[in-house]
Amino acid sequence: MKSKVMRWLPLTGFAVLLIFLTLGLSLNPREVPSPLVDRPVPTFTLPNLAVPSQSMSPQDMRGQVWLLNVWASWCVACQQEHPLLVEFAKRETVPLLGLNYKDKREDALRWLGKYGDPYRASLSDTEGRVGIDLGVYGVPETYVIDKQGVIRHKHIGAVTPEALRDTIVPLLRKLGA
Amino acid sequence: MMQTLVNFFRGLLLAFSLVSAAHAAGTATPAFADPALEARVMAIAVELRCLVCQNENIAASHAELAVDLRMQIREQLQAGRSQQQILDFMAERYGEFVLYRPLLKAQTVLLWAGPFVLLLLGGYALFKQARSRPESVDAEWTAADLARAQQLLDSAPAASGSAPDNLNKNMKGRA
Repeated sequence: MKSKVMRWLPLTGFAVLLIFLTLGLSLNPREVPSPLVDRPVPTFTLPNLAVPSQSMSPQDMRGQVWLLNVWASWCVACQQEHPLLVEFAKRETVPLLGLNYKDKREDALRWLGKYGDPYRASLSDTEGRVGIDLGVYGVPETYVIDKQGVIRHKHIGAVTPEALRDTIVPLLRKLGA
Repeated sequence: MMQTLVNFFRGLLLAFSLVSAAHAAGTATPAFADPALEARVMAIAVELRCLVCQNENIAASHAELAVDLRMQIREQLQAGRSQQQILDFMAERYGEFVLYRPLLKAQTVLLWAGPFVLLLLGGYALFKQARSRPESVDAEWTAADLARAQQLLDSAPAASGSAPDNLNKNMKGRA
């Protein structure tokens, strides 16, 4: 009896290992859960990309559900998601703000001119310091922020039509946008 | 024995981190005026994972984010913050995943203790195996077997030289 158990032990161990490895393969290693979800959006003040003399802060958005999209003209994946954001801005009334991350102003403005500007406003984070406070590590990133100024969701990487339809928009509705 | 092993691996880990820190200091950062400060920056940077290239720490990484984060560490050290405060600052923003040395808590106990538990289990299995084997070999040679072997040897033709004699002696010794 005992030797029978011992005989099956290596195979069982191997099977368990196989299950874990298979599960591991199906996970996306880039999706690191952000500690900032369900926490208030960090306080910061940054110049408006279009009008640098005018400064903006997330606190100005209190009482509204809004989206913050981190983008840059040098970011290839941003081009990929951009038509979706342009279309979203046409269709929805939810304010979409941009965080122009580690970019040159002229490049950023040229990029918006070329691909369209879906943002109510873009904030210039030239040195990427606000990016650090937001825990940005892969541009683009998109945050859903509620009326109380709490981050409710973070999407890492280019927004896909599926993510927008199945996750982001339903969440916006739920939050009362 | 266990302690020696632990020390050995600690030493190995330290050697690796020093090599990578030295490598990073040589290539990935511009030279800064204060080498002592730079050494402290690197000591903290080897503790932090670069999220852009997840299997590198931010001391070794050439990613732009890693450069920015090293700058952040440098500024915070200059502002008089401790290593622990800086590590907490990073974990608050990027999650505990940035800490190369995972915190010891309920969710990570298996991670920390697992290898030692497996080592103990393996050691125990090996011990059991080693203990049980000679007994089973001896058990196969019953007195009747030996008697029969003796009988066969005695009846063997003497013409084949001295080898059977030697064998004969050995068998007697065993019995």
